[in-house]
Amino acid sequence: MNETTPIDPEKIEPVKSIGVPMPLVDGPEKVSGKANYTADFLEPDALVGRILRSPVAHAEILSIDTSAAETLPGVEAVATGADFVGQFGVLPIARTEWPIARDRVRYRGEPIAAVAAIDVETAQKALDLIEFEYVELPAYFTAEDAIAEGVTPLHEKRPNNVERHVDYDLGEVDKGFEEAELVCEGTYDCAEVCQVQTEPHAAMAAYDGERDRLTVHASTQVPYYVHLMLEQTLGMPKSRIRVIKPHIGGGFGSRTECLHVELIASALARKCNGTVRIILSREETFVTHRGRPEQNTTLKMGMSKDGRITAVDTTTTQRGGAYAGYGTVTILYSGSMVFALYDIQNARYNGYRVLTNTPPCGAFRGHGTVNVRFAFESLMDEMATKLGLDPFEVRRKNLLKAPTFTANDLMVNSYGLPECLDTVEKASGWKDRKGKLAPFRGLGIACSHYVSGASKPVNWTGEPHATVNIKLDFDGSLTILTGAPEIGQGSSTILTQCVAEVLGLDVTRIRILTSDSLVTPKDNGAYSSRVTYMVGNAAIDAATNLKAILVEAAARKMDVQPEDVECLGEVYRAGSQDQGLTFEEVVVAALEGTGTITARGNFDTIPESWGGDKYRGAAIGGSMAFSYAAQVVEIEIDPDTADIRVEKVWVAHDCGKALNPLAVEGQIEGSVWMGMGQAMTEETRYHKGLGITGNMLDYRVPTIIESPPIETHIVESIDPHGPFGAKEAGEASLAGFLPALTNAIADALDIRVSELPITPDRLMEIMEEKKKAARKNADQKVSA
Amino acid sequence: MKNFISMTLNGRQRDDAVPGNMLLVDFLRETVGMTGTKIGCDGGECGCCTVLIAGKPRHACLTLAASCDGTDIETIESLETGGRLSAIQRGFHEKLGAQCGFCTPGMVMAAEGLLRENANPSEDEIRQGMAANICRCTGYVKIIESVQAAAEEIASKESAA
Repeated sequence: MNETTPIDPEKIEPVKSIGVPMPLVDGPEKVSGKANYTADFLEPDALVGRILRSPVAHAEILSIDTSAAETLPGVEAVATGADFVGQFGVLPIARTEWPIARDRVRYRGEPIAAVAAIDVETAQKALDLIEFEYVELPAYFTAEDAIAEGVTPLHEKRPNNVERHVDYDLGEVDKGFEEAELVCEGTYDCAEVCQVQTEPHAAMAAYDGERDRLTVHASTQVPYYVHLMLEQTLGMPKSRIRVIKPHIGGGFGSRTECLHVELIASALARKCNGTVRIILSREETFVTHRGRPEQNTTLKMGMSKDGRITAVDTTTTQRGGAYAGYGTVTILYSGSMVFALYDIQNARYNGYRVLTNTPPCGAFRGHGTVNVRFAFESLMDEMATKLGLDPFEVRRKNLLKAPTFTANDLMVNSYGLPECLDTVEKASGWKDRKGKLAPFRGLGIACSHYVSGASKPVNWTGEPHATVNIKLDFDGSLTILTGAPEIGQGSSTILTQCVAEVLGLDVTRIRILTSDSLVTPKDNGAYSSRVTYMVGNAAIDAATNLKAILVEAAARKMDVQPEDVECLGEVYRAGSQDQGLTFEEVVVAALEGTGTITARGNFDTIPESWGGDKYRGAAIGGSMAFSYAAQVVEIEIDPDTADIRVEKVWVAHDCGKALNPLAVEGQIEGSVWMGMGQAMTEETRYHKGLGITGNMLDYRVPTIIESPPIETHIVESIDPHGPFGAKEAGEASLAGFLPALTNAIADALDIRVSELPITPDRLMEIMEEKKKAARKNADQKVSA
Repeated sequence: MKNFISMTLNGRQRDDAVPGNMLLVDFLRETVGMTGTKIGCDGGECGCCTVLIAGKPRHACLTLAASCDGTDIETIESLETGGRLSAIQRGFHEKLGAQCGFCTPGMVMAAEGLLRENANPSEDEIRQGMAANICRCTGYVKIIESVQAAAEEIASKESAA
């Protein structure tokens, strides 16, 4: 502090961070190439790890002979399933996957052995020397085939290949259909899709044999789950394991569960007493999968004359792949979220999660909600048209009134959907333009929603949902220590803003260290949009606790009562005429007698948010808050090529208080666009279980050329429990795109698309069929 | 068999012996130790490895290091001056053109190549110039804004100079 320039108390005020659009705190290293991702740690003595994968989709393993590979010069370790003591998986009751297959392989590409060698060529040569003997078993590549009569079960405990059947029957569904003016039924099929985050999966494991310690760098959204699974599969005490999550090149749910790569790298490292780096190819990253399942939905809906939905009956089947993964949760989410966007009292659901001989599916952005949302918003739209109702009006007829609980007991305290509808209706010029567009142009609307974190964690330990520490040291520097994984979604920025706001300091004063189990508190991970809500609240709590310590120290120093101290961020004072103490002076006072301070903050969900118990698994869907979104999509279709051009998207997303409007916009734009990919071009395909779209050319991710302008509107229905009133911002806007697009196609062509992605080939076929039918009709009329 | 190559990398001349089958991207990352250039695919799909070769944006994963003898290579590491971000880097930072950041070095180098050719590109020209680069986070909206902001900053600096 320079004593010759006294601070003018009139001009000092706490710095505002919340609600301010600001760039990411870790932006500079990302744009300069300095950000280190897992593959960027170049350990000079690191060995190259490579995985041998099953060439068959379903087989009993007779033998895996690695003897020739082991003796190849330059090979330091070879691992098989025998090197692990336990299986891994998501739900404690369904950990059925070996890091490397044992006894049986269940999909093409499943790891069957791995090597660590001095270089890529040697590693590849070693893989070629491994002999794999097996007896093929019947393999099932569709859900329908997998559950047919007399099938061979993939897993003993699932004799009919159904991983989970979920059913509920809420209210009076049959009566609801009887009372309806119109009852319609439709089937809606969505292809399997993959996250295709730009960074392929990677892990680097270093084993210190002298002290029996393992350090793992992993490209994961869930370092804590990786930590747990390392313990379980390697049989190593978790206190001897350190998991570090460096910069992560996106996730979108692809690494929301522990993957093989981290476990295999670790087993190899331990076996050769060294460091092993495994960087998966893009094709291997596709095979690892954990994407959104192929899902077929039959939906029946009853509607009154004025557009009230009287009952909904959903039957849906997911082709889950060869292992449980998140499967049970996915099929539960489909059920809990399908109707709960609206005020619907009569709902029936039958959801089937089926095991098939394809790579395991996982928790893709919008987990479980997207494909059923497509079905729901499509049928709702079609029925509105049949009843001569405006698509906006029919949605307005079915809105919830917060605060409330849905028919399946989901707690809704804030509900900005009405405002989202108003916003996109106005912004898109819907009232003036709908029905008046040029031929082959169309407008479509759809709504969607998502949770702000799952209120019941997968691993129930009795700990709070989130814990954040803030370290304050002699130099006046503040460091947030959090296990919350920054994966590109901007969580480190949001947490920094939360702490800065409470303390009234500029964000540049605060640093953040994430996800290193050596120093950061445990965190469940970056999934189900939990970080901003849960960890944000914990950060606010930690900062509030730290502020109390600082205020007390300032009071002591100034010889006043703590309640008389005013915190202005850089200055603490007692009364407006007081010159006060600078932040640095307060820090010195606070550290007297105690030394370095670590303030802790926690967050826990409230029991009202835990979902109900009206059916088994009803807790899935329970959340402290829901985000809501509405979007209008405008398209033009080329009548000769059936090419669909998205002209523009207007989206409004209720994320509660927008803590950082710039980051919120980025999340919403990314969600809408990802929905567009699923709707129009993306599809993971297999030939007899062999992935045939394992690259970014055959799996068509939209490029900048065909990506539309997206006009984003933020709606802030302040949530009473959210951090500064905030809710989820990064998932809800995805699901709405799919039905908004197909509703726009219906507007343009009077064709209801029920199968996605709607590629030009598929649309052309439908357009031709329609033409043929029209010609036939005309011919019949003529001949009659 | 090793090939002796002599190139200018980020303004510095260097000589190396590289295997004939070594890709430029592996040379940059593993041999030189500059890991700013990323690998996001199995060859020519994603654009994360975009660098400038003789001033033109090229996929370092589709280029043999041995073929770069006598050329001028620029990577993301070359752009900062005096420890400050370049106009394009600043654009991507401030306009949120980077979320996870993995495609960003390639995006920034593609934009660098574009703006050197065309200092004032239209939105369509930006789309054309960045079409070989996949981003999975942003939906490209803010990437376009980032490049526009950079072009404006460069123009205002030039008119001031």
